[in-house]
Amino acid sequence: MKNVKVYGTLACPFCVKVKQFLKDQNVAFEDIDVAQDEARLQEIVEKTGQMGVPVIEIDGEIIIGFDRGKIVQALGLAD
Amino acid sequence: MLYSKSKQKMEKIHDLIIIGAGPAGITAAVYASRNKLDTLLVTEDIGGQAAWSGDIENYTGYQFITGVELAGKFEEHMKKYATEVKENEPVSKMWKEGEKVCIETLKNIYFAKTAIIASGKKSKELEVPGEREFKNKGLTYCAICDGPLFEGKDVAVIGGGNSALDAGLQLIKIAKKVYMLNITAELGGDAIMREKLMKADNFFIINSAEVTEIFGEKLVKGLKYKKQSSQNELLVQGVFVEIGLIPNSEFIKDVDKNKYGEIVVNCRTETSVPGIFAAGDVTDVPEKQIIIAAGEGAKAALEVFRFLSKKRT
Repeated sequence: MKNVKVYGTLACPFCVKVKQFLKDQNVAFEDIDVAQDEARLQEIVEKTGQMGVPVIEIDGEIIIGFDRGKIVQALGLAD
Repeated sequence: MLYSKSKQKMEKIHDLIIIGAGPAGITAAVYASRNKLDTLLVTEDIGGQAAWSGDIENYTGYQFITGVELAGKFEEHMKKYATEVKENEPVSKMWKEGEKVCIETLKNIYFAKTAIIASGKKSKELEVPGEREFKNKGLTYCAICDGPLFEGKDVAVIGGGNSALDAGLQLIKIAKKVYMLNITAELGGDAIMREKLMKADNFFIINSAEVTEIFGEKLVKGLKYKKQSSQNELLVQGVFVEIGLIPNSEFIKDVDKNKYGEIVVNCRTETSVPGIFAAGDVTDVPEKQIIIAAGEGAKAALEVFRFLSKKRT
């Protein structure tokens, strides 16, 4: 199973969508609310050089924003 | 080439293609499906600007709902019907070939007898040095998305209309200090929102201020602005640009537009090209409201139905 993390905030529309998408695909993920955790916010700034959310990390591969195609590919799912 | 292959494969002609899935496009899809039109919806995202709105208190039937929730309800309603939806496919070009409307995205080309353009609007940029550089590095166009990242920090909202006020109202709950830099002498927008803001003790308004630069290192550290003849600097970690919107209408050349780039429609949502209709914020219909966009979307779908019925007889 792939290690999937979603860095986001509670209200951002694409964070909500990406989490729903992963749930629909039965993909387990770690849900990280960066608004509650300054250190995790710094983590995405360091990993991506920017602070926009959502950031999705799939086995170390970073995807910025809800990019369905890239997520499907990184997870090895059939679209 | 993959592209030309898929081009051939998609040679099907739909009754209707709807461009955009905000309140106008989704409502049009619901009405079109209920009228049994073979409908394809092509869009970049679902929910449109409604999803990016904060608290909504003026959509009849809901005394209070958030933008994300309302957009979710719209999507759920649309998916109850069998409209075919292509998401993550912004339209790059559209034109008419004889009786056929052609719609090109980065992935495909689609054909239909009619089209409803409901592609909405996008945020206007400041066009000052540092804006592009610091986008998503402290500078953002979406308070509802990125606001929570600025918990306990000082932020600036650029703008003075309703979208700026909405951003301000979101941010006074999160940030330490919220500055609003407004280019005119007084704030615009709804009185009720202005009053709420003025009551907050972490809210500061700077009128007649023209932002000239965003600066920082890795992330935003502040901005420079001109007020009358003086140059000023404001140290903030977040900059929220809310200076208005421009219509997503550049992909179509053939329809009449007004000086703002909005597609001109008549009271029946008809554009200057027969068979091409438009609805919602991309049009010149006065007042940009979710409920108005939804209503226009319904009108457009019913007009398409009428247009196609006339052709059959």
